[in-house]
Amino acid sequence: MNIDSIHNGIVLDHIKAGKAMEIYRFLGLDDLDCSVAIIKNAPSKKQGKKDIIKIDSEMALDLNILGFIDPEITVNVIKDGALIEKKHLTLPRQIRDVLKCKNPRCITSVEQELPHIFNLTDPRRAVYRCAYCETKAE
Amino acid sequence: MRSLIDIQQLSVEEIDELIAKANDIIAHPEAYREKCKYKKLATLFFEPSTRTRLSFEAAMYELGGQVLGFSEAQSSSAAKGESVSDTVRVVSGYADIIAMRHPKEGAPLVASMAATVPVINAGDGGHLHPTQTLTDLLTISREKGRLDNLTIGFCGDLKFGRTVHSLIAAMARYENVKFALISPAELKLPSYIKKEILQEKKLEYIQTTDLSSVMPQLDILYMTRVQRERFFNEEDYLRLKDSYILTPQKLENARSDLSILHPLPRVNEISTAIDSDPRACYFKQALYGKYIRMALIMKLLEVE
Repeated sequence: MNIDSIHNGIVLDHIKAGKAMEIYRFLGLDDLDCSVAIIKNAPSKKQGKKDIIKIDSEMALDLNILGFIDPEITVNVIKDGALIEKKHLTLPRQIRDVLKCKNPRCITSVEQELPHIFNLTDPRRAVYRCAYCETKAE
Repeated sequence: MRSLIDIQQLSVEEIDELIAKANDIIAHPEAYREKCKYKKLATLFFEPSTRTRLSFEAAMYELGGQVLGFSEAQSSSAAKGESVSDTVRVVSGYADIIAMRHPKEGAPLVASMAATVPVINAGDGGHLHPTQTLTDLLTISREKGRLDNLTIGFCGDLKFGRTVHSLIAAMARYENVKFALISPAELKLPSYIKKEILQEKKLEYIQTTDLSSVMPQLDILYMTRVQRERFFNEEDYLRLKDSYILTPQKLENARSDLSILHPLPRVNEISTAIDSDPRACYFKQALYGKYIRMALIMKLLEVE
């Protein structure tokens, strides 16, 4: 299957197969006017199969959110048809307003205006806990 | 300006300093009678806790300071729907330091982010209660003369017992501390605490449902109450509340230098016949709570 190369934009490569739509929604890509290609289950030497997203426009990406969803993703920045930067992601130390705490005893359950903050407490197991009540993120 | 929300914010050295200060206050109370003169403590208790509130208030009065506040949410602006942040912003203008108890977990952290004076977490739901842990550490230190090389048994509700979770995390930082976790299956220590503290630090521990099997090894026995307010379901509470009751018979194979601690209030989990046993330390423990809070208030107010 061929998808046109992009001239100026971003290629998200090595997305875990099946995760592309989740990332598409998290990054709000449906709001863009430019071409966006979602390639599902592309063959991959490393992963067997993978998803790829190509965005034909320069845009600021929230690498924290992306790293939280899948730290294995590679972000390729394309300018004038050439790869100018390859960014590898890591698990962010803190994420804000991505997840909501599900603990009914947490202060965020009654004070709606508080930011929902989760901290990375166990990088090896990728465990995030609510900054207020320490409940594990699901 | 510094607050105390979680015992883990204090280094071992800082805890040692607080214990040393509390010991000095116990030895020379007269030297501390005016240390906080003209300072005010606000006790913002959004849920009732007579013991903790009175302990904070007595601590401030004994330092020569003054106290204002409320003892339940109904008599505060929270009843009108005010946020924690707004409440403490206002109170920061009226007091030099705040002690807050709140039924929602994380409320004191929210308060510390909005306040312009130090905030002490006086208990947030079933989550943290750092001044109880400081009280426990002072008691153990005074009774045993050390905080390392000890075997400590926790008995009762280890699932919801926040004092147990905090004390395990605090004791895990000292050398050669062993743990015995004694509870019914339904109230076992949460697995994340075992994983993240005991197993991560490769600490020695035994998990059992049988108190008598571990009793002879214990230097400290920390009893807890099965608390009605931590259960969503009344049936579960009624079924488990009498799980472990300490009686003189159960102490027969205990060491003569065992120290029995309990964060209080007690319901029936320690028989009153044990109160006169020299190994019972829980009333002394409640008294020590006042002294460690005096030391903490001084530290956070940066009073020498």
